[in-house]
Amino acid sequence: MELLSNLALGFQTAISPLNLFYCFLGVLIGTLIGVLPGIGPVQTIAILLPATFALPPVTALIMLAGIYYGAQYGGSTTSILVNVPGEASSVVTCMDGYQMALQGRAGAALTIAALGSFVAGCFATLLLAVLAIPLSEVAFKFGPAEYFSLMVFGLIGSIVFASGSVIKAVGMVVLGLILGMVGTDITSGTHRFSFGIPELADGIGFVPLAMGLFGISEIIKSLERKEKREVLKSKIMGFWMSKKEIRAAAPAVARGTLTGSLLGILPGGGVILASFISYMLEKRISRDPQSFGKGNIRGVAAPESANNAASQTCFVPLLTLGIPSNVILAMMAGAMIIHGIQPGPRVISSNPELFWGVIVSMWVGNLMLVILNLPLIGVWVKLLSVPYRLLYPAILLFCCIGIYSVNNNTFDIGLTAFFGLLGYTFAKLECEPAPLILGFVLGPMMEENLRRGMLLSRGDPSVFFTRPLSLAFLLMAFAMLIVIALPAIRRKREDAFHEEG
Amino acid sequence: MHIKRAKDFKAGLIFIFFGIGSAAFSGTYQIGTSARMGPGYFPFVLGGVLAGLGLVIVLRSLSRGEGMRKARSFRAKPVVLVLSSVVLFGLLLRPLGLIFSTVILIIVSSMASDEFKKKEAILNAFVLLAIVLIIFVYFLKFQIPVWPSFLTGRI
Repeated sequence: MELLSNLALGFQTAISPLNLFYCFLGVLIGTLIGVLPGIGPVQTIAILLPATFALPPVTALIMLAGIYYGAQYGGSTTSILVNVPGEASSVVTCMDGYQMALQGRAGAALTIAALGSFVAGCFATLLLAVLAIPLSEVAFKFGPAEYFSLMVFGLIGSIVFASGSVIKAVGMVVLGLILGMVGTDITSGTHRFSFGIPELADGIGFVPLAMGLFGISEIIKSLERKEKREVLKSKIMGFWMSKKEIRAAAPAVARGTLTGSLLGILPGGGVILASFISYMLEKRISRDPQSFGKGNIRGVAAPESANNAASQTCFVPLLTLGIPSNVILAMMAGAMIIHGIQPGPRVISSNPELFWGVIVSMWVGNLMLVILNLPLIGVWVKLLSVPYRLLYPAILLFCCIGIYSVNNNTFDIGLTAFFGLLGYTFAKLECEPAPLILGFVLGPMMEENLRRGMLLSRGDPSVFFTRPLSLAFLLMAFAMLIVIALPAIRRKREDAFHEEG
Repeated sequence: MHIKRAKDFKAGLIFIFFGIGSAAFSGTYQIGTSARMGPGYFPFVLGGVLAGLGLVIVLRSLSRGEGMRKARSFRAKPVVLVLSSVVLFGLLLRPLGLIFSTVILIIVSSMASDEFKKKEAILNAFVLLAIVLIIFVYFLKFQIPVWPSFLTGRI
């Protein structure tokens, strides 16, 4: 049993006292920022990335991964108790979770959210372990043409799952690719688009770009709205679910886990979509769809399981193919590179203890979250009473210090402000930033593989269509584009995102 | 000429701007052939594609659409104050050090809120300053100038 011995190796790594401590720290920080609206895992990982330099790479990745899935837990707590989604992925949980809380069932809703997430986390960990080796073996057969086409597929995926106009999302991807070109060209050494600024010779930093587009612009947007938050005053009574609730929730957890695991693996997919689709699925197959939105426990169980499953299975493409499928995974890829590990199929063979350690730590972290979250809910709720006017200057400050410490230069802080303005402008014009970030991360890899592929084929572009795997990726990408262009589906997609926003 | 979808129109213009810019600068680098691509090849193509997409978006915004949609009210205060607090922090960190730039960042950015209270913002600034000094300077030992450069004599 190779799988068992691998998992055993993972366990050894994950339960060393140092890793256990940082795993705990990661999920604790993750839950904390998940609870707070306005700061998400992207900014947090960016801020803490420089702080992990001193740690061994395994420990650093275990902590950063913990922040990521911990945030999914924290996000659901605020959705249920305050009707404010702490994270985008827990928007759906508000619909039924808050209703349950109003009916005095907040405890049950929190319990099913935690247990559902835990079940989903266990399943996703196993799935990740089973899929990793065969997938990474496939990846070894990849040439430049296959990689290029796979990235096209991933980018189209990010377009499909972005809300709003498709053509604008395509534009954002291309703009992201262009921004990825800034800096020294690896083949010729030419400085591209650096305009004589020495700090740009290394390219635009990922951290300033992500912090500007997501962090700063989000703060400005929140300040424009006048939001009022009301903390649930009533006491949270009883964490136990009734038998009836358990019977209703158990199958929903199973379905949510499956949906989430599948959608997590797809490039460009991920957590938000997973929770949303699983909610729609529950509503569709329910005998009583009217009860959704009025405190149906299945409306909490399914999306919470799905978003947790997806947040773990989306590590599959990163760890096996080296391709991050969403923004947070792009941050993780950045973290791996900073720690001297090139994400890709070689990670499993060259750093087995890192690979399996991180996978098993996710399971350990999920266990910690269940134990940690239920007793600490009171603390989290109290935290929510910190007014936003005190919170956002703190977020800005941590962002600035984090950005400065990546390269010890103040130019990046100015760059962040620039991208903050750009991100805010795009938000006003209804252009989603996620495809841009993915394009930015994949841009340099895509160019390199395109150049190598075309060099090998002596300038004949047909190589992308004659190699079967490459053709398959391109066909799938094309099929996805056709599907979203169909009027019926387009309308449904717009409805879906409309409800979500 | 009546622009029916102002948002798409502007987004299209931004894409055209970046697209033409990218293509124009790529032209100054070596383009190469499709078998031996130079540094300018890929960005030149991308720039062309982006400008093309932008043009399509602009043209569609002129012809199609469900009439004028009222743009959401735009308020300059949060944009200007939040962005300038960040820029100021970047400009002042080296000459004035972490302590002064932190206080300035917190106070300027706090003014962006509608619920701004002077005393509260100042208190917040000092609490955060203490947290930052303890976590980043004392525990994590970040290489960051703490005091103004005219006091430490370093630049």
